[in-house]
Amino acid sequence: MTLQRSLLALVLAAGFAAPFAMPAGAAEGAPEPPRQSWSFSGPFGKFDRAQLQRGFKVYKEVCANCHSLSLVSFRNLAEPGGPGYTPAQAAAVAAEYKVQDGPNDAGEMFERPGRPADRFPKPFPNDNAARAANGGALPPDLSVMAKARTYERGFPRFIIDIFTQYQEQGPDYLVALMTGYEDAPQGFNLPAGTHYNKYFPGHAIGMPNPLNEGQVTYDDGSPTTPLQYARDVTAFMMWTAEPHMEARKRIGFQVMIFLIVFAGLMYFTKKKVWSDVHGHA
Amino acid sequence: MSGHSTYQPQSAFMKWMEARLPIASLIHSSFVSYPTPRNLNYWWTFGGILSLMLGAQILTGIVLVMHYVPQETMAFNSVEHIMRDVNYGWLLRYLHSNGASMFFVAVYIHMFRGMYYGSYKEPREVLWILGVIIYLLMMATGFLGYTLPWGQMSFWGATVITNFFSAIPLVGEAVVTWLWGGFAVGNPTLQRFFSLHYLLPFVIAGVVLLHVWALHVVGQNNPTGIEPKSSKDTVPFTPYATVKDGFFMVVFMIVFAWFVFYTPNYLGHADNYIPANPAVTPAHIVPEWYYLPFYAILRAVPDKLLGVIALFASILILMFLPWLDTSKVKSARYRPLFRQFFWIFVAVCLGLGWLGAKPAEGGYVIAARILTIYYFAHFLIILPLLGFIEKTKPLPNSIEESVLGHGAAAPKKA
Repeated sequence: MTLQRSLLALVLAAGFAAPFAMPAGAAEGAPEPPRQSWSFSGPFGKFDRAQLQRGFKVYKEVCANCHSLSLVSFRNLAEPGGPGYTPAQAAAVAAEYKVQDGPNDAGEMFERPGRPADRFPKPFPNDNAARAANGGALPPDLSVMAKARTYERGFPRFIIDIFTQYQEQGPDYLVALMTGYEDAPQGFNLPAGTHYNKYFPGHAIGMPNPLNEGQVTYDDGSPTTPLQYARDVTAFMMWTAEPHMEARKRIGFQVMIFLIVFAGLMYFTKKKVWSDVHGHA
Repeated sequence: MSGHSTYQPQSAFMKWMEARLPIASLIHSSFVSYPTPRNLNYWWTFGGILSLMLGAQILTGIVLVMHYVPQETMAFNSVEHIMRDVNYGWLLRYLHSNGASMFFVAVYIHMFRGMYYGSYKEPREVLWILGVIIYLLMMATGFLGYTLPWGQMSFWGATVITNFFSAIPLVGEAVVTWLWGGFAVGNPTLQRFFSLHYLLPFVIAGVVLLHVWALHVVGQNNPTGIEPKSSKDTVPFTPYATVKDGFFMVVFMIVFAWFVFYTPNYLGHADNYIPANPAVTPAHIVPEWYYLPFYAILRAVPDKLLGVIALFASILILMFLPWLDTSKVKSARYRPLFRQFFWIFVAVCLGLGWLGAKPAEGGYVIAARILTIYYFAHFLIILPLLGFIEKTKPLPNSIEESVLGHGAAAPKKA
């Protein structure tokens, strides 16, 4: 038994797992979302702080009118690996919001300014109110949206993805979706109250085109195009979906170094121990 | 656990203990002096890797339970609470979810190794059957665990799998209602699945003890498939097997860490980041990858009841493998025909897995039917026949001879 054969075993192990990891939710009949270049992809990927701040602005001024972000707290904005706000800035953002609290000693609910520990308030009091205001469609929560959407990669790319660590199918799809609005082709029966989107499964989406040229003002001179908005808010959604991603990849690299050195030491220990057994190198 | 202990208690306390509870000599005979064939290759390290994974899953699981809430309106958010607010919660959760997949990678390698080298044959039939029971328990545990995050795939996977039982004639519907604790998958289902998911790993640990016990009675098989004849054919478990298993455990952990730290959601489904919604059915309901070959078999059969029977038969048939394989020779190394059929069988299993992830329509169904028929034919026709028609290669006289080459003139490698 040689090391080469052991490594073959390893490759087979990985290869065995691979063919079955077929992501669901692929958009049938829809073109494949174009690959975007993300600062957070790959083993050393990090979020671009300025991009997250721009994305947050897009969320606040556009998406938040309909979409909740119910798993994210204001304090998260100031945590390491995120948009890089100071605690004071995060508190100031929180204070802009009115949060319902209570009941107080008189048994009444009351409104107060938000605090860093509060979650982002929902735009509608309940799902039915959200549906009623949006033509029957419920705008989904965006907290884990970047991990909740994907498209089918197909053979053999889904095997290659293990090694290239390409896992930004969700973000790529979101950018494509937000910029994929166009006129319905001739003969397409678009149900009332829906909009034609090239990338949406079935093409008839409840959400109207959310992003328009110049809609959100950027103070850092970045282009104010729908594509730039879509990229920025998607990066923001990737952070809300995976707030500890930077720590994960950083620790992952340390763990890899440790394990590889450990494996090397174990290999030579094994070689030494077995050296007195005839027929073994 | 058989009588090959050379343990001699040294201290007065250990002598006192040995006369009352000989646990030290039990451990010594099982994990130190236990003779292990000298020619084991790295495919034999997966038993140890599986023990490691079982321990790791139990440990991470126990800590996750401290933060998880098994309640239908809170389960999804409690998992997100673990991912966001619990210190290193993301690490625990990704270790546990990817650990389940790694556990199955290891068990599939372990099982195919057993098939290749004929490790199920006399005298290891009970050892093999215990292994199949562990595998069944693992499948149940994995399925139950996947429902706990209460995402869309959790909910709909649980609905589809529990619906299998509705195929039972007459009492099927009643059985399903009983399993669900209601008339649909809901909170009672989640809570009992959580309870059972916590219970089964300890049942697995118990059967693993029996598996190891049986192993230590009959001894390990080895790549030649011939039994050790003298002490020249074996080496003590410690340090030889310990250090070899340890090395490959670390190598396995590199693969594990790659998934956990770099592609933690690769083996899951995006749909499971959508909270469970009984009103919306996902476009494709797909089980976890490790069930896909069996899912393909289920869907290949046009009749629901027969499909469920085929599904369970495809797993239970493994229990009869020691008697379905009629060859006297264990190892595929000396069985040229079987070796080819073995690799075809591996390819068929992979093919079924791929088809299990595809929609059940058109050519996919036809392909799944052909592969399903082949799957059963491998056990029911090919293996029984091969024993009679195959011309096997001559076996070496001993393990030592196979390692050192024929004759005593084999060069001694440093």
